[in-house]
Amino acid sequence: MKEIVVISGKGGTGKTSVTASFARLAGEEVVVADCDVDAADMHLLLSPDFDFSEEFYSGEVSVIDQSNCIQCGICANACQFAAISFARGIYRIDPISCEGCGYCARVCPTGTIINKPRLSGKWYISNIRTGSLMVHAKLDIGADNSGKLVAKVKNEAKELALEERKAYVLVDGPPGVGCPVVSSLSGANFVVLVTEPTLSGVHDLKRVYELVKKFRLKAGCIINKADLNPEQSDAIRKFLEEENIPHLADLPYDEDFSRAITQGTTIVEYNEGHLKRLLAESWEKIKKLTN
Amino acid sequence: MKIAIASGKGGTGKTTLSTNLAAFLAEREEVVLVDLDVEEPNSAIFFNRSPEHDEIIYKQIPRWEESKCTLCGICSKVCNFHAIIQLGPSIVVFPELCHSCYACSELCPEGALPMVPKRTGRLAEFQTGNLHFVEGRLDIGEEQAVPAIAKAKKYASQKFGGAVTTIYDSPPGTSCPVIEAVKDADFVILVTEPTPFGLHDLKLAVETVRTLGMPFGVVINRHGIGNDDVEAYCRDEEIPVLAKIPNSRQVAELYSSGKLIYKEIPELRNTLQEIADTCFAAVKGGVR
Repeated sequence: MKEIVVISGKGGTGKTSVTASFARLAGEEVVVADCDVDAADMHLLLSPDFDFSEEFYSGEVSVIDQSNCIQCGICANACQFAAISFARGIYRIDPISCEGCGYCARVCPTGTIINKPRLSGKWYISNIRTGSLMVHAKLDIGADNSGKLVAKVKNEAKELALEERKAYVLVDGPPGVGCPVVSSLSGANFVVLVTEPTLSGVHDLKRVYELVKKFRLKAGCIINKADLNPEQSDAIRKFLEEENIPHLADLPYDEDFSRAITQGTTIVEYNEGHLKRLLAESWEKIKKLTN
Repeated sequence: MKIAIASGKGGTGKTTLSTNLAAFLAEREEVVLVDLDVEEPNSAIFFNRSPEHDEIIYKQIPRWEESKCTLCGICSKVCNFHAIIQLGPSIVVFPELCHSCYACSELCPEGALPMVPKRTGRLAEFQTGNLHFVEGRLDIGEEQAVPAIAKAKKYASQKFGGAVTTIYDSPPGTSCPVIEAVKDADFVILVTEPTPFGLHDLKLAVETVRTLGMPFGVVINRHGIGNDDVEAYCRDEEIPVLAKIPNSRQVAELYSSGKLIYKEIPELRNTLQEIADTCFAAVKGGVR
C-alpha cells in the first residue's frame, strides 16, 4: 500500500478537484483521505454516506470551578495566552484562547481549576460513489489541533487500506506549509504538487517544495490553468527542471472546474474529453512514479 | 479602524481584495497592510518593493541548564505538550512542540530552564507612498504560525497605532491561526466564491466570526460562475453582501502577473469605495 499526498502551498489552485478526479479514476483501488480538515470540501464531490462517525478529542481545556475560587488572580498572571479575564467579580477562562497547557491549574492554590479533554471535531468513514471508502473530518471552530486531526484521518485511512487490501491511500492535503501540512506529509510515498502560473502560485510552490525536500519525498507537479500566464508557466517548468521534479500535466484554464463543483461531481465525469484524458494520463504517471 | 480580510476556503481572493483595497485607500490617506498569511505570504508581490526594515521573529522556549538541574522530573510532568522529556541523565526540549506556556520554566525549583528566544520566522516592512506594508513569514519547517502572526500584528500596532486604517490579510481556514489574525479587528470581510465549495467554507467562516462576536460582511468574488446559493444563504442569514466582483479571465490574468486590478479595470474603484464605506459605517454605527 502506497500513500499519495496532493498539496499546493497556495489555496484554491485546484487540489480538491484534481484529487477527487483521481479518486474517481482509481475507483476501488484507493482509500481517499480528506486531510484539509479546516475546510474539508471533498465530500461535496464524492457523495459520502457518513456511515461511521466518532468525536475527536485532543488536548485539554481548563475550566474554573467558581465555588472554590478565592479570586486571587494567580491563574490569570500565569497564563501566557491572555485566556483568563476578571469581570463582575469572577475569573473566567475563554476556551478559544486557552491552549490547554494546564499551567493555571497547577498554580491555583485552592485546586479549583480542572483540565477537561477538549472536543476538537468529528471524523467519519464513508462509502463513496466511486465504490470505495473515504475518511474525512470536521474540525471545530478555532480548534488548535488540526495537525492531530490530520494525523488521525490519515492513520485511519491507512489502516482501512491495509484491511481492505487497497493499493493506495489518496490524500487531499491542506494549504500552507505549517503544522497541518507537515502532518499530512509524514509517511507519504509520493507528493503531487498542484500549482498555478501566478506569481503567488510560483512563490508558494517554491516554499512548499522546500518542505517536501526536507522530508526527502518524491514529488511530481501539475500546472493548473497553465495557459493563464505563459510566462509564469515557463518559470514553473524551469523550476521543475532545475529541481528534477517530473512535470505530470498542464491543465488549461477552464471554467468546467467550477461547473463540475457546482454540479457536485468530478471533472472527469463532467468533461469526458480533453480534461479527462489529461487527468487519466497524470494518474497513470503518478502510479508509475510511486511504485 | 482595523479590517480583517478572511475566508474559510483558500484561493477565493483574500489577497486580491487586501492589496487592492489597501492601495486604493492609500491614494488619499495613510493605510497599513499587514500580511498575516505567514505560511504563504503573497501580498508583497503586488507592490514589488524590497523590505526597508526586517527583523527575526522569535518564540520563547526553555533552555536546559545542566549545572543547575537535579533531574527532579517536574518539567516533563507539567508539560501538557510532551515538549520536554528526560532521557537518561539529560533533559531534551522539542522546540516545535513547545507552546511557550512557561510552566516548566517557572515551576522548575532550581531555575534550570530559563526561557530563551528561538527563531521561527521573519518580519519585513516597507513603505510606498501612503501605504505601509508589514509581513510576517514563517520559516520552512516551523509548524506554529501563531507566534509569527502575533508578532506582525504587535509590530504594526506599536508602530502605527490604532488611528491609521489597517488591513489584515488573514490565513485561510478556521483554526487557531485565523482566530489569532482576526480577533482584534473592528470588522471582518469574508471573501467567497459562488460555488458549493465557497458556500460550505463560508458557512464555517461565518460560524467562526459569530463565535467571536465580530461584525462582518461578505464579498462574493468571481460572481457569475457557479450558482446563486451563496447569495440566498446571505439573504437568509441577514449577512450584508458588501460587493460582487465579476468573474473574468482578465482579473485572473492581472492577478497572475502581480498587478493591482483596480488600476486596469476602473469600475472596480467604485466597488472598493463601497466596501470601504460599508466597513466604516458599520464600525461607526455599531451595526452587525
